[in-house]
Amino acid sequence: MKYLFYPGCSAMGTALEYKCSSEAVLTVLGVELQELDDWTCCGSSIAPVMSDLLSVVLPARNLAIAEQADRDRDLLVICSACFTSFCSANMRIATTPGLLDTVNEALAVEGLHYDGRVRVRHLLDVLANDIGPENIKEKVVRPLKGLMVAPYYGCQTVRPYGDYDDNEHPDSMVGILEALGADVYHHSYEARCCGTSLLTTKPEVGLGMAGRILAAASPADCIAAVCPMCQMNLDTYQDKASLVIGEELHIPVFFLTQLMGLAMGMSQRRMMVRRNITSTKPALAKMEKNTSRQVQVHK
Amino acid sequence: MKRVPEFPDELAPARKKLHTCIQCGTCTASCPAAEAMDITPRKMWRMIQLGLKDEVLHSKTMWLCSVCYSCSVRCPRGIPLTDTIAHLKQLAIQEGIKEYPESTCFYKAFGEVMRRYGRMREMEFMARYFLSTDLFAALDYVPMGLAMLRRGKIRIELPRLMGKGKLDKLFNRVAELEGKQS
Repeated sequence: MKYLFYPGCSAMGTALEYKCSSEAVLTVLGVELQELDDWTCCGSSIAPVMSDLLSVVLPARNLAIAEQADRDRDLLVICSACFTSFCSANMRIATTPGLLDTVNEALAVEGLHYDGRVRVRHLLDVLANDIGPENIKEKVVRPLKGLMVAPYYGCQTVRPYGDYDDNEHPDSMVGILEALGADVYHHSYEARCCGTSLLTTKPEVGLGMAGRILAAASPADCIAAVCPMCQMNLDTYQDKASLVIGEELHIPVFFLTQLMGLAMGMSQRRMMVRRNITSTKPALAKMEKNTSRQVQVHK
Repeated sequence: MKRVPEFPDELAPARKKLHTCIQCGTCTASCPAAEAMDITPRKMWRMIQLGLKDEVLHSKTMWLCSVCYSCSVRCPRGIPLTDTIAHLKQLAIQEGIKEYPESTCFYKAFGEVMRRYGRMREMEFMARYFLSTDLFAALDYVPMGLAMLRRGKIRIELPRLMGKGKLDKLFNRVAELEGKQS
């Protein structure tokens, strides 16, 4: 299996552990990634506020590079905001007569041209549907037995695009987490918004949004996230969110791919768990304990 | 007889999208930030239909939208409400509204960094944002920032202030083309 790969800006900075764990896990699963040359920002949800045309041209610049690299491969995206920007650009181009010509007039200054043919895929879609839980299970050497994981999808992973799952009641992560040997903790905030930039611009509101998700997931040992923004909002603001919702919050927030890597026997160092801000120690200790017990049973 | 009053103002494109709104309130009920808004989403759509431009563009409502698309996917009339909010934000910035610098500066700082480097540089983005809004508010984030630095989650990068921006040409071309369209 081979995909073109767009990491996105966060994956080069605050979410480097997401990029590295995704690459490591996908390699074990037999997936080959070809990172786009000279990719630039997708425009996120910022470009649509700056200009309508820019909000299509910025993602289209990367889609054009993808099309040029290999027109027959899907483009794998690990960030949900990037996923939405790309899908939105494709949708607008397909439904607005003449837009593709205007986009190409703009892209000409970069020596690029887009035909509107790149299929964009979210990492979660690829893991759940192209690879599938069965193949993931085969690679698990240290099952996360006894670890209760609360899936968190967030918004743009499944809304408004993401045909691979339900817009409001997604379940793509369930099969994957079960394949890892974990117990799945279902809660009612799995696809509620993490607050995105409101945590910076309107913290009194954004922290409440993040806090309510954390509180709902708290009976679990940890949360599994599939978007850099969601992971950062849920992981790094727990002290502040506790004050806003008046409840002590303390739950580790992993990227799904970090949990996958650990279950596949990769080291904590390789999965960069040091970069997770809320202490992961209780969850990791539980993994260790249950794993050593399993090993003893095997003996 | 016209079903919806026509106003030849900046809200016209939004009004066109909203003309099938039945005021059911599903949007407000679905919005995770509705309780903090001065005008609820349902009420705002009606105000747009009625041409209350100043009230709409000076409202806090659009700046509380976190682009979660809950209203859009639930709207029984299939109106692209989240996209309409982005359009309103655009108009409010063009109008030069002054009330919500903590939001408008966020978009400005993001745009500047994106244009200059082609990719987001998270630290410089945050530095530019707090310099243009409230430097004291940044103090609140110091403990969190230090924790992130210590864990290697963020690193300090020196800004590159001279020379051309990576996306200058593309941004200029887009501005030119939009000028041509209007």
